[in-house]
Amino acid sequence: MTQLWSFPGGIHPAENKHISTARPIAGAGLPELLVLPLQQHIGEPAEPCVDIGERVLKGQKIADVTGGMGVPVHAPTSGTIESISLQPVPHPSGMSDLCITLRPDGQDQWTALRPIDNYRDLDRETILDLIRDAGISGMGGAGFPTNIKLRPPKDRKVDTLILNGAECEPYITADDMSMRERADEILAGLRIMAWILRPERCVIAIEDNKPEAIAAIRKAAEGTQTEVTVIPTRYPSGGEKQLIQILTGMEVPSGGIPADIGVMCQNVGTAMAVSAAIFRGEPLISRVTTVTGQAVTNPGNFDVLIGTPIEYLLTRAGLDNGALHRLVLGGPMMGYTLETPAVPVVKTTNCVIAATAEELPDPAPEQPCIRCGACAEACPMELLPQQLFWYSRAGELDKAEHLNLFDCIECGICSYVCPSAIPLVQYYRAAKGEIRVQQAEQLKADRARERFEARQARLEREQQEKEQRRKERAKAAAEAQAKKQAEAEEAEKSEARGKPANDRAARAAQVQEALARKKAKTREPATVDSKNAEQPASEPAPGLEALEKQLSQATAKLNTMQSMLDDAKAENADNVEKLERAVSKNHDRVKRAEEALAEARRSVESAEAHTTDS
Amino acid sequence: MALAQQSSPHARKARSTAQVMQWVILAALPGLLAQTLFFGWGNLINVVWCIALALAAEAAILKIRKRPAAFFLKDNTAAVTGLLLGLSLPQFAPWWVSAVAVIAAIVMAKQLYGGLGSNPFNPAMVGYALVLISFPVAMTTNWAQPGLLWETAPGFGETLGMIASGQQTAVDAFTMATPLDEYKHKIATHTAAEVLEHPTFGEGIARGWEWVNAAFLAGGLLLIGLKIITWHIPVSMLAGLALMSLAFGSNADLYAPLSLHLLAGGTMLGAFFIATDPVSAASSHQGKLIYGACIGVLIYLIRTWGAYPDAVAFSVLLMNFAVPFIDHYTPPRTYGHHKPRRGIPGKDQG
Repeated sequence: MTQLWSFPGGIHPAENKHISTARPIAGAGLPELLVLPLQQHIGEPAEPCVDIGERVLKGQKIADVTGGMGVPVHAPTSGTIESISLQPVPHPSGMSDLCITLRPDGQDQWTALRPIDNYRDLDRETILDLIRDAGISGMGGAGFPTNIKLRPPKDRKVDTLILNGAECEPYITADDMSMRERADEILAGLRIMAWILRPERCVIAIEDNKPEAIAAIRKAAEGTQTEVTVIPTRYPSGGEKQLIQILTGMEVPSGGIPADIGVMCQNVGTAMAVSAAIFRGEPLISRVTTVTGQAVTNPGNFDVLIGTPIEYLLTRAGLDNGALHRLVLGGPMMGYTLETPAVPVVKTTNCVIAATAEELPDPAPEQPCIRCGACAEACPMELLPQQLFWYSRAGELDKAEHLNLFDCIECGICSYVCPSAIPLVQYYRAAKGEIRVQQAEQLKADRARERFEARQARLEREQQEKEQRRKERAKAAAEAQAKKQAEAEEAEKSEARGKPANDRAARAAQVQEALARKKAKTREPATVDSKNAEQPASEPAPGLEALEKQLSQATAKLNTMQSMLDDAKAENADNVEKLERAVSKNHDRVKRAEEALAEARRSVESAEAHTTDS
Repeated sequence: MALAQQSSPHARKARSTAQVMQWVILAALPGLLAQTLFFGWGNLINVVWCIALALAAEAAILKIRKRPAAFFLKDNTAAVTGLLLGLSLPQFAPWWVSAVAVIAAIVMAKQLYGGLGSNPFNPAMVGYALVLISFPVAMTTNWAQPGLLWETAPGFGETLGMIASGQQTAVDAFTMATPLDEYKHKIATHTAAEVLEHPTFGEGIARGWEWVNAAFLAGGLLLIGLKIITWHIPVSMLAGLALMSLAFGSNADLYAPLSLHLLAGGTMLGAFFIATDPVSAASSHQGKLIYGACIGVLIYLIRTWGAYPDAVAFSVLLMNFAVPFIDHYTPPRTYGHHKPRRGIPGKDQG
């Protein structure tokens, strides 16, 4: 007997599991249309890799994630792609998302599968890639890509692999029935995961209210190293953090992952999917879903193709439309209500509850908190739900965060036990959302501030450089003046030497004049650049050096502008237009500077040519 | 088909506040029964009067505050306040003393602070302390003489007449100093044996009082059994009182013995029904232990060295003051954290 620890709090809600365990898992059949959301996992949404009207085979990949974290989506049966469009998806907000709609052709024709008999011949990365390509994400609820979870950070060693068969939430029996009927598959999947991770300990944890499942799993695990551990029934023992606490006595550090303490939890359904992916080569195209509640006459567990509309599933289970009051996706503690049954079953859909008004009655009106502390007594995370409630409601979010709001697992126990019928979890969710929005805004503001500061620094630097250049130019002008004077003296001395010298002196005088003009302009440093650039023609042959400088300066400016514009475009900032205008203006400026330079060069060349000619 | 939209959890199974308060009332009935058996009809009449007045006062003030009176009256909390005052006031307290106490409790201590859940002080104890300080004669001379209901106590009509007459002091023949009062004032000049000869102590520890306290203890254990209150406050309060008594008052010729501290006066009523008022008590387990223990210590200090023979009301109120402070420093350690997060954001992060 393995040692078990306890967790604080917890409750024993009415289980209502018997409703859906009376008959074995049944096939749900083939609906007229299958709707496959492109995002059924945590990470980036998949991108369709099929065209509308294309015929696809069962198990064929129809969408994949090309960049970032995510897993592909596969056709659950053969048929034609009807559309790729926005459809209502299972989400608490009742939102719509991009889905591929598949019209089955009824032939159920498989694509070529590549089952693997001896996975131990392959290296781990290959197995992980196979798991990814099979589209497997955590099937317990969150939908985290399984291949990524199975590859913990390099500095973390998973000593204990836990297969979570606790299924502590009322009503749900999908894992229970799977364990009863498909224990061998589950064990096979667990072995593959264990082979990848090489843990020292492999545990399957099942709550003691599932004797049939325990017996089946025990039988399947006979003669293996896998421990089958029966844990006391108490919600939320199947919560990852609580299960780890029960089995190891350790706590997952706040903000960390189980691998930080050498533990990993996987779901029973995920193990089945892994087994199917490796041994049969089949991608994740169906799952076991519980359809239960008193508004269905034929409740039970169904083997459902992913994408099957819940409406269809409910009809199969004998929905009494008149009695239906609330449709819950997931369990009664953590699930969410659906606005419409027209959403599809996805990879994470473990349960649909069609409840009557008597079964899950509307909540009583909220009363004032009497600080009775029932919530704190029952909280499995040892939070102070009362204080969190005060702070959340009062908008004192920093205080709520200080009291570890983000450690709340939203198990719903505090609301369940509250004598004042306060929807506590709802307050926490709202507060968390608010804090996340604030953090995002803060981040945005910080970035804007950094950008502004960088710009200020750059402008200052440029100003300094300009000043530096001005000084250099003044120095050069003074030198040229001295040289010219010397030359003039020289010319005077050798006046008799003739015309060419005179010519040179005249040209030097011209340059001198130009420099003097330029010097006068430089006294207004803020405008000098633009003036120079905008009126290159009015500058009769300015110093070549100065023009070159101008050009390089304008080019540099253009480059910075361009990079700023690119940044702005990438971030979708609202100053894109302005920057675009500025860039085009600078383009012109550079062009003009180039022209001016070219002209100056030409004139100098011609002058020189003239000099040599004569 | 309009489907109900609801945030999780969808299942709820909680005792409503009204049910919690009902249980508190039920659990106090054995105590009331014992009071009636040993001290006559006074407490019962007080309880009825105080509850009626509490409900009326609550309804009136809710109306003035423009709150739905029916909705809030149904939560039974005003009734509990009235009940607690009826149980604590002297048996022959004139009607207006009770009225002042109840109105102060409901109007001032509860509703003016924002109503249910917002009051920092235990309303019943505010009312009690107010009349104890304001009307010391009425509050000390109207304790009934212990005696079995059918033997010595005045009849129902007589009792009702005394209360309704509004006289400061009841008929002398029916009243008697409480055991704690008697012991406190006599022990300075008498030996313990001499003091205990007084009929108020009877043959046991404190005639009648011991049964009343035992009955409240039983009711309190029921509340713990029903998980309406936790053991922390009553146990720590009784432990604090007992430890003080053992440490300082082991000499019965100088100080009241521990048995008297525990079984005379309002100790058990205070420990299980008054100090445990959740609104004004500390919230975490650790906080409750500190809160309860400090009440116990204060009760002993005031009873022994203070001006009052009993001290539940003052001790509870004093600790009510300290509740925000205690709560501030006694949060539990959250899962996955090394230390509890005390204090305020930005400082002493744990």
